[in-house]
Amino acid sequence: MQFSEHWLRSLVNPALDSAALGHLLTMAGLEVEDAEPVAPAFSGVVVAQILEAQTHPNADRLRVCRVDVGAGESLQIVCGAPNAAAGMKVPCALVGAVLPGGFEIKAAKLRGVESFGMLCSAKELGISDESAGLLALPADFVVGSSLRDALLLDDTLFTIKLTPNRPDCLSLNGVAREVAALTGTPFAPQTVAPVPAVHAESRRVELDAVDGCPRYFGRILRNLDPTRAAPDWMKQRLERCGVRSISAIVDVTNYVMLELGQPLHAFDNDRLKGAVRVRWASPGDKLVLLNGQELEPDSRTLLIADDAGPLALAGVMGGEASGVTDSTRSVFLESAFFQPDAIVGRARQYGFTSDASHRFERGVDFELPGCAIERATELILSICGGEAGPVVGAESTTDLPRRPPLSVRVDRAVQVIGVPFSADEIVAILGRLGMPVETDGQLVTVTPPSYRFDLQIEEDLIEEIARIRGYESIPEKAPQGVLRMPALPERKRGAASMRRALAAREFQEVINYAFIEEAWERDFCGNHDPIRLANPIASQMSVMRSSLIGGLIGTLMVNQRRRTNRVRIFEIGRCFARDPSGYPVAGYNQPVKLAALAWGASEAEQWGVATRRVDFYDLKADIEALLDGRTLEFARADHPALHPGRAASVLCDGVSVGWIGELHPSWVQKYELGVAPIAFELDFEAVALRPMPVFAAPSKFPPMLRDIALVVPVGVNAGELLKVLQEAQAPITQAIELFDVYQGKGVDPDRKSVAFRIRFQHTDRTLEDAEVDAAINVLVGRAAERFGAQLRS
Amino acid sequence: MDHLEQLVSQALAEFSAALDANALEQAKAKYLGKSGSLTDLLKGLGKMDADARKEAGAAINRAKSTVEQALEARREAMRNAALAQQLAAEALDVTLPGRGRGNGGLHPVTRTLDRIEQLFAGIGFSVADGPEIEADWFNFTALNTPENHPARSMHDTFYLQDAPGVLLRTHTSPVQIRYMKDHVEKHADCAAMPEIRIIAPGRVYRVDYDATHSPMFHQIEGLWVGERVSFADLKGVIAEFLRRFFETDELQVRFRPSFFPFTEPSAEIDFAFMSGPNKGKWLEIAGCGVVHPAVLRNGGIDPERYTGFAFGMGLDRLTMLRYGVDDLRLFFENDLRFLSQFR
Repeated sequence: MQFSEHWLRSLVNPALDSAALGHLLTMAGLEVEDAEPVAPAFSGVVVAQILEAQTHPNADRLRVCRVDVGAGESLQIVCGAPNAAAGMKVPCALVGAVLPGGFEIKAAKLRGVESFGMLCSAKELGISDESAGLLALPADFVVGSSLRDALLLDDTLFTIKLTPNRPDCLSLNGVAREVAALTGTPFAPQTVAPVPAVHAESRRVELDAVDGCPRYFGRILRNLDPTRAAPDWMKQRLERCGVRSISAIVDVTNYVMLELGQPLHAFDNDRLKGAVRVRWASPGDKLVLLNGQELEPDSRTLLIADDAGPLALAGVMGGEASGVTDSTRSVFLESAFFQPDAIVGRARQYGFTSDASHRFERGVDFELPGCAIERATELILSICGGEAGPVVGAESTTDLPRRPPLSVRVDRAVQVIGVPFSADEIVAILGRLGMPVETDGQLVTVTPPSYRFDLQIEEDLIEEIARIRGYESIPEKAPQGVLRMPALPERKRGAASMRRALAAREFQEVINYAFIEEAWERDFCGNHDPIRLANPIASQMSVMRSSLIGGLIGTLMVNQRRRTNRVRIFEIGRCFARDPSGYPVAGYNQPVKLAALAWGASEAEQWGVATRRVDFYDLKADIEALLDGRTLEFARADHPALHPGRAASVLCDGVSVGWIGELHPSWVQKYELGVAPIAFELDFEAVALRPMPVFAAPSKFPPMLRDIALVVPVGVNAGELLKVLQEAQAPITQAIELFDVYQGKGVDPDRKSVAFRIRFQHTDRTLEDAEVDAAINVLVGRAAERFGAQLRS
Repeated sequence: MDHLEQLVSQALAEFSAALDANALEQAKAKYLGKSGSLTDLLKGLGKMDADARKEAGAAINRAKSTVEQALEARREAMRNAALAQQLAAEALDVTLPGRGRGNGGLHPVTRTLDRIEQLFAGIGFSVADGPEIEADWFNFTALNTPENHPARSMHDTFYLQDAPGVLLRTHTSPVQIRYMKDHVEKHADCAAMPEIRIIAPGRVYRVDYDATHSPMFHQIEGLWVGERVSFADLKGVIAEFLRRFFETDELQVRFRPSFFPFTEPSAEIDFAFMSGPNKGKWLEIAGCGVVHPAVLRNGGIDPERYTGFAFGMGLDRLTMLRYGVDDLRLFFENDLRFLSQFR
């Protein structure tokens, strides 16, 4: 809400400058977002009257004016403004004046004619962009008076951001009441006296929806002249609250809303038929609003209607057909209380917002309608003439909000705020809020005022105590608690250590959106029925990812466009899948996954190292390093994202925990990746485990190493061969390591040679050649049996 | 004996003149070999009488020893020269770049998260986690958000299609409820429930996308519930956190009254640097407050016995302020030229 400091100070005037006042409001929860002076600094400008204006003898475009500046003798001033005319009142910068930007006015000669000052446009004074001519001032301004005083330019426009619990501050009176409570300065609201009825014409009011509207007042004002303009002071205050002046009647309703906080509505009384009723919308209702919008309100919408049909969206906006115009002679003025629940969300539902709905949906003082209708009557009649009729009303007091007494325990306030308080202090603080306060030992009881919708439980009062005392006065206490050491499970690694491990292997972490485009799910996961958002922002962010691969490929594409030629990236994040047994949210499984992708050269281009493309085995080594200590197996498997011959599922301690492979050539082509990236994805929970180390004393006896090369059919997998050898190994075998695979000269074309280095060692004696030979023979024999393997000579 | 001296000086001269090992060995044979001159002289001793033999023998052996030492010295000099030559030949250009695999790096937001986790671990906070697809009860209702609150609308919150009441969490606060319920259950048999001290970082989602908003961003939630936890504790913890996180005491922190359905009293936390490019500017960093009694009850905790505070900070914003990043969108664009600056 924007308002004028000057207006506020007419209601409450604490001994604080503008900055201190702003800080006070901010620190009370009425956050000042902006405090803008109405006019920039300037001095020496007074209200002046042009006595005569004659053409300059040497310049057609200039005038030579005689100007009365209220200083006895008139001044001669040369002026270039086209609108300078005798009789006009204008701002005049006297010799010695300093205009915005530090521009000082001096006596000067213009084309041979002396000039003792400068007549000003609004732009020259920095108060508007209007530069077409001199700023015309009202005829009743006193010549010689300071322009800053005459136009109230020493004013600041405050814009405050109010939290939804404080609708009582959506008015000048509300802010003033708050300032008075915070500073102890007296609050002097305008006095509102009832305007007596001088005619008996009225309209019946029916409340058909007391749950939405328990109080409604109306009155007919007739014989009005709506074409008369609101007075300048009112227009100025409206303007400084960011409200455009429209017509006298609308201006008054806006003014009273800003002043008191009560939104009002004026209907053209001649266009109403029969009784005014407040009811819920029913099927068939149609309404064109003042903003031109046509709508068919649903049954949750509260309407003001007459015998002919809907007139207005209650508490939101009036209808076009019953609005006041220049030809309106008679007005039906509405001042009502609408329940927040009956208004909340309705304007938004229909795609707009209004000052009235903004207030009603948060809560308007239900004791205000009577006072507001009198205030508006008084102002309208003072501008437009006319006669007031009786205030007619309908209300259901049992449906009005209640303000039962509310108590706060002193020790509870102390516990929550953490500062010692006495009952007397609490009584004093709550008393400043204008509430009746009673005390019974350590229990302080208040009756919240009708405008405070936010005081309902003990904590609400505790917050007020803290707020009025000032959050700044609450000390910063060093935390105290029971010291306990954290659990530190050694078998589990956290995401942080996994991230560092991946970063150490030259992967850069990325963070991708969890909602992705549907095609990625289909292409990379074979998922034709992804989890869709009901209200996505864009189609490329419309489904929840079930895998991280899409995002990694997206990141690859982003960086390819930036001409990167090598990418190594990883992400750790949640993925989402439908799962009837999902936990903790029924129906959804939300595992954290870890995925990595590499594309381009295996190593950054560097001297002395032959460049080659990263391949399956490079990333396999990354997995092996990451999961060092776990038993890993890689089994050929199909995956929708991957090349069918270059894909594997990753088994960790016998359980499938993810996959690795080269991107399928179709996707490489579709996504224009050039060469295929290699990627893997692992289930984070499964791979974060690591075994406890098991100690075995190293042998003191010398090891024996033997190399064997087995020639097997090409189709035999190295892993299977190794597994068979491991199953057949003697107890003295320490390790069997594959160190070479060879195909080519010296080996049959349909066979390959696979070489192993086998390490033997006994824990308590030196090995004999014969027992090692025997162990080798067993291995070779088993390989021959299973795969037709032959020892390569 | 002049002959002997002459022989020695002759041998020494020949050793010095030998340019390689071969020449040296030939020179050695000439004097010390089987029929070398010194060897011959020793052989001739037998023909002398005892006294003369003794005297001559000693002289010859001295001469031999001198020659042998000279030979060894010459050999060592040759070896040293050869080694020096080899080392010179093997010299590297030490200014060439190192070879092998380089480093990757963490995302800047993760880097921030690591530091925050460590800071809070120091005062006994552990890390909690929660689902990102969340039920509206946990995201809103349990957090005391009214049924008709605008934040629940599809203008603000992402919902799943064909799944009423299932949404993408809009903040990390539902972790409060989940953690409290688990904690209460776990300690149901204890006379006094141990304190809850957690932080819960994670991704959150809101329907908002422009220059300063991302539809997915990161928050970090904090919750401390105990028998005497107050607003003053909250102020102490947050103020210390900000000073430690930004590694400066030149920092002002202020708590400004605000409103959230799940805390009361509530505050917005602003802070201002006392130096640097943002000097004196109040920067909004978090919302916080004393946990609302309704929220404690929804977590299964008796608000009469326990109080607590909670806060929610923008992890991305903290990261931006820490490293001077001026555009939130950079965090999710994943341009490696940006990310690689945070190694």
